[in-house]
Amino acid sequence: MANMSPKKNPMPTLDPIERGKVFSEVALGYTEEQALDEAARCLGCKTMPCVGGCPVKIHIPEFIEKIRELDFEGAYKIISESSSLPAVCGRVCPQETQCESKCVRGIKGEPVGIGRLERFVADWHNSHSTEAPITAPKNGRKVAVVGSGPSGLTCAGDLARLGYSVTVFEALHTAGGVLVYGIPEFRLPKSIVAKEVESLKAMGVEILTNVIIGKTLTIDELFEMGYEAVFIGSGAGLPNFMGIPGESLKGVYSANEFLTRANLMKAYREGSDTPIMKGGKVAVVGGGNVAMDAARTALRLGAEKVYIVYRRSMEELPARREEVEHAEEEGIEFKLLCNPTEILGYNNTDDSRDPRNGFVTGMKCIRMELGEPDERGRRRPVEVKGSEHEIDVDTVIISIGTSPNPLIKDTTEGLEVNRWGGIIISEDALTSRKGVYAGGDAVTGAATVISAMGAGKVAAESIHKYLAN
Amino acid sequence: MYEIVYKRVLNPYVTLMDIAAPLVARKAEPGQFIILRTDSEGERIPLTVAGYDRDAGTVRIIFQTVGATTKKLAEMNEGDSLSDFAGPLGVPTHTDGLKKVCIVGGGVGCAIALPIAEKLKRLGCSVTSIIGFRLKDLVILEDEFRAASDELIVMTDDGSYGREGNVCLPLGEMFASGRSFDKVITIGPLVMMKFVTEATRPTGIPCDVSMNPIMIDGTGMCGGCRLTLNIDGKRVTRFACVDGPDFNGYEVDFDEAISRGNMYRDFERHAYESACNLFKKGAENNG
Repeated sequence: MANMSPKKNPMPTLDPIERGKVFSEVALGYTEEQALDEAARCLGCKTMPCVGGCPVKIHIPEFIEKIRELDFEGAYKIISESSSLPAVCGRVCPQETQCESKCVRGIKGEPVGIGRLERFVADWHNSHSTEAPITAPKNGRKVAVVGSGPSGLTCAGDLARLGYSVTVFEALHTAGGVLVYGIPEFRLPKSIVAKEVESLKAMGVEILTNVIIGKTLTIDELFEMGYEAVFIGSGAGLPNFMGIPGESLKGVYSANEFLTRANLMKAYREGSDTPIMKGGKVAVVGGGNVAMDAARTALRLGAEKVYIVYRRSMEELPARREEVEHAEEEGIEFKLLCNPTEILGYNNTDDSRDPRNGFVTGMKCIRMELGEPDERGRRRPVEVKGSEHEIDVDTVIISIGTSPNPLIKDTTEGLEVNRWGGIIISEDALTSRKGVYAGGDAVTGAATVISAMGAGKVAAESIHKYLAN
Repeated sequence: MYEIVYKRVLNPYVTLMDIAAPLVARKAEPGQFIILRTDSEGERIPLTVAGYDRDAGTVRIIFQTVGATTKKLAEMNEGDSLSDFAGPLGVPTHTDGLKKVCIVGGGVGCAIALPIAEKLKRLGCSVTSIIGFRLKDLVILEDEFRAASDELIVMTDDGSYGREGNVCLPLGEMFASGRSFDKVITIGPLVMMKFVTEATRPTGIPCDVSMNPIMIDGTGMCGGCRLTLNIDGKRVTRFACVDGPDFNGYEVDFDEAISRGNMYRDFERHAYESACNLFKKGAENNG
């Protein structure tokens, strides 16, 4: 008998006030009891609309059925047929716009908490199972994967499972890409990422850090080294700035820099060698998941006040709903329909050696209202005349997206990119170069973890087909 | 891991090391940089390539002890290993077609200028080098520069060695006497590069500067190394890690770069002092 409660089992979380001071994971995960209760809400629809909403096509009703049978490892096996990073996806996927948005239970009430169940299963597996992953016998063929973020790891995992010898080349000193430098500890503990990376290594995937493809080695050299196909999952690149005065003042960060300092370089730890501006008042410009991560990180580093400054309204704000709710609970203030026009800095004209010179003191903003929809259907924000005002801040974090990294395109002849620098691919992830596939942010510009994983999956299939022929 | 295969203390503040990093050594060119971490808890610091031996698979770095990380690095010895060493990053210094070049180096910047002088010399270019230091005890790489230059002028601020004064003095005299170059290449403290650029500007000779801003990933991701160029009256943001580190000096907003460079001055000083205290304590305990 299905559990007909219209509400999802709520996710247990840390207290909002307490967690604002620490980097521990906010969402604690379901207990076995909660998971069973939630699993009982699934109607097991024959048409499986939820699967259609999943970029990697996880067999959702099947894994939920296994939970109901108390076969948690069986549930994990079903998820891992489609996803190389279950514990990650269960935490960071925007389920409300994907699988859960298609759930029949969502028509009258809340959909089944698919993401929370996925996380439960993955966490259960990680703390209970010692089974080695199943892979096909090695077929002796080498594939290179550029970048160890979500698309690269997914592609590597899928190919390793099929028997390929996969080497992942990572530019930074740690594998994980955005999962380690971007997404903060309180949302995705680094130990979870490390575990997922370890299980790929257990499948025979080789990961080489400190190798920058496009610099240390080129794509062409990878082929010379005997790799028969290459997947480029090099991720998003340089941060965009607004082009307003004051963006080079001290105390202005890109979200990438701020988060990299805090996460990858562990500036959040007491006694870290990595400097970062702490405390004071912080404005984060932008409304995506990265902006939420930066704002909540700033809060945890000791900021007395954190603002999200976004030029559209809450409805258009692109961040994952749960992150917005968490941010609001933690006391982050949303300044919506507000656009910065200038960042103001200290300037003692009498003393050019005043140490305060050049540091941020505030930000000039203008109020916006929503006008006509643009070509993508989003209502275009328009300035409200005479509504200029100043916000008193010490740190400004710009989080308005990124442009693709130029290192690979500049060193790979014949690799076509669009006018924003994104790598152009066909439906099956093939670039303009034979044997070279691409996916994730390097193709689309900044997007989600799961869409990058979906892209890595498509590429793995295409590479398999290409090499089988 | 990347082994320190050779170490030489050049002066009390400056150390030279050859690091075993075959993949980096295979490609490194003068003007490029590497990113290293001493250990798994360390910060990432960029250092410009001071030389390389493709056969031995080693890359030379020369660094000044300025913060906690460089202090830690300077305490390491031959046989020790660095946890990370990635590169080569950035665009190599443009040397094509140059016949007559003046290289102006200051302090530890001379370490980066040297391989450029050597490369130009190898390409048959006439090289005039002006290298400047605060005082005699800080002079480094003089013999190496002499070998790589057709003409070498050593300056010290206090006149304790070579000629007294800063590097702009002989440069200005050369311009005044009508000497010309295809290019002036300057590497050193930001203030020095700013003045060399200004001294060169009236001559119209192209002047390249090597920027060494704060960096984290060094691969074109974080944007921390951004600087502003004035190009045809427009202010344009560029990234030293992928667009540089060499830039046309006439376009660089030096004042902004100088200001950004001291963003973490207090933190650095504090970290450096606590590192010094730790070493002192260690020394006392051992003694």
